[in-house]
Amino acid sequence: MNVFAYDNTFEGLLTLVFESYQRKHFPDEILSGEGSQPVLFASTNTIETDERKAERVWNGIVKHSSEENAHRIYRVFLADMPDTPMLVLKYIRLIIDSNKNEETNFSEPVVVEFNKLHQKVCKEAHRINGFVRFQKTVEGSYYASFAPIYDVLPLCIPHFRDRFADQQWIIYDLKRNYGFWYDLKNVSRVVFDDLKVNPQNGQLHSSLLADDEKLFQQLWRQYYHSICIQERKNDKVHRQLLPQRFWKYLPEKGFLSL
Amino acid sequence: MISETSLEKLEILAGAAKYDVSCASSGTQRSNTKGGIGNASAWGICHSFAEDGRCISLLKIMLSNFCIYDCAYCINRKSNDIPRTSFTPEEIANLTIEFYRRNYIEGLFLSSGVLRNPDYTMERMVTVAKLLRTEHKYNGYIHLKAIPGASEQLIADAGRWADRLSVNIEIPTENNLKILAPDKDFKSVLEPMKIISNNITESKEERKKHRGAPLFSPSGQSTQLIIGATNDTDHTILKLSSALYSKRDLKRVYYSGYIPVNSYDSRLPALNTPPLRREHRLYQADWLLRFYGFKANEIVNAENPNLDLELDPKVTWALRNPHLFPVDINKADPLMLLRIPGIGTHSVQLILLARKHTRLNSSHLQKMGVLMKRARFFITCNELRSQNVQELKPEIVRQLLLEKKAIGTDGAVQLKLFNPVMLALR
Ligand code: SF4
Repeated sequence: MNVFAYDNTFEGLLTLVFESYQRKHFPDEILSGEGSQPVLFASTNTIETDERKAERVWNGIVKHSSEENAHRIYRVFLADMPDTPMLVLKYIRLIIDSNKNEETNFSEPVVVEFNKLHQKVCKEAHRINGFVRFQKTVEGSYYASFAPIYDVLPLCIPHFRDRFADQQWIIYDLKRNYGFWYDLKNVSRVVFDDLKVNPQNGQLHSSLLADDEKLFQQLWRQYYHSICIQERKNDKVHRQLLPQRFWKYLPEKGFLSL
Repeated sequence: MISETSLEKLEILAGAAKYDVSCASSGTQRSNTKGGIGNASAWGICHSFAEDGRCISLLKIMLSNFCIYDCAYCINRKSNDIPRTSFTPEEIANLTIEFYRRNYIEGLFLSSGVLRNPDYTMERMVTVAKLLRTEHKYNGYIHLKAIPGASEQLIADAGRWADRLSVNIEIPTENNLKILAPDKDFKSVLEPMKIISNNITESKEERKKHRGAPLFSPSGQSTQLIIGATNDTDHTILKLSSALYSKRDLKRVYYSGYIPVNSYDSRLPALNTPPLRREHRLYQADWLLRFYGFKANEIVNAENPNLDLELDPKVTWALRNPHLFPVDINKADPLMLLRIPGIGTHSVQLILLARKHTRLNSSHLQKMGVLMKRARFFITCNELRSQNVQELKPEIVRQLLLEKKAIGTDGAVQLKLFNPVMLALR
């Protein structure tokens, strides 16, 4: 059995694709990150990430399909599921091995599966754009935490950067323990070791919150309840559109008593 | 300013605004300005969902629920004895900004009861929008309700600051409007619509000549019709919508199933539940008008004045026109593909792309999101064996498409087993 390991970065995965082509054999299994368990009785090839090799694969994808397709591959990579790297590899092989553009060939199962996952990732990113809730801090900056199922924060940042250009903010992924910080000029990646956040609801410790923060959360919660038309209550649709996994981070869904 | 006392005001004034159904915040794309806050994103974002399943995108609120008018269908009519209050323009602007900065909302949707007179009210609403745009440097979304009877100048001002203006028609025919809203007539609603529409066209023309010309309600205008408060047919309603789309260039017509808020008023029908299914069918029909190239009289007409509540209007249309089917998926032009029941705009796009690569069969279609249960009666493609609407006859296909709902009580299932329809399937 042929096992490849890479460092869980997108460049790393593209390098892995490059190496597979060069060695003329493809992995049966891909291990990502340092923490993953080596498979018994199999020798593992560890791939060194190499930006030039990654770039050649990127360019190859663009040449055989389109730039948008290369970006789509990046977004699918962010799905960050155990079998994502294998799907991405299969998809890239299909694209590169054909002399036609296969990206719209929906009669290929890989293309269908790839596009389904792509849609899910985009949907999650879109949801995060809507469901992120900032808390105003004593210093006047804004903090939000979340735990998206896919690693979509990188996709959301341009939107927040444009929209909230005149306020400092941090958006933090509690599941993956990293976030982005905007300081009115640049956005940078941050990791906190001693984050004073309640993991149950993503709320900062109350000593860190601005004086009127609780009031506005209350107002928002009041608004949320007042706007609902009781005669039209529809729990099924409600839960479909606002899945329960998001609730704990939303002030309107009730970690504050009115 | 905003304090604990605002909680009560918010409760009253959000509660008073909740019957206005429009929630869309899409249609404008505006980047943030330097040093400013906010942008409007073209696709619209839902920030939450209320327990009734509706998208919460905007702070939908009334400036005041005092009103000098007495519309029969409205909770805020002057003859109702309810708690009343008002926000100041500053309070609304503040609340909007604070909510916006926390990413609770996409923007503001402001309406109001009529205070003193239409112009006085409209002026206060325009003040809110102006405060947001100038003092707060706010570039997010603003939707203002135009007050029926407000002056042309004030409506022009409103359009300068807002992304969208709307005037609610509420009652689809003039006669019924007069009966239910004695203070209003069609002119008082249609006139502002015309002013808005002219201003929008003018601004678009100007902007073609020089790009710096001011925008006017860049995301267009919309309106709302109440469904089921009067005896107006779906034919009347959809004819009106279709005229509004083509002649007044409306972006959306919203349909709101009548909720008996004033059940004591004998001019209104006694309903136990709002007509949600009819509302849903009207929205489907509205989609057919806007995205599927249908004409209103193809969907409803003098012989069939109301939509079939049991079936999607596209299915109903197809069953009335069996001679146009089956359609060959691998050859048909896009407009005809759009008319096949069970196939949506997204699937049509995928079909058009994919059929360049291969001849499509039913399993391809299924993967592309086509509802084969429905579509199979109306198409031909590679390897599809089921009988089509011509062979089976429309009445039978109708029964088959209703099948799913009929199953549920055991009696119904028993009966179905011996139904000739089932035999026709084999
Ligand atoms: S004018 Fe508006 S707020 Fe006043 S009663 Fe009529 S519908 Fe209600």
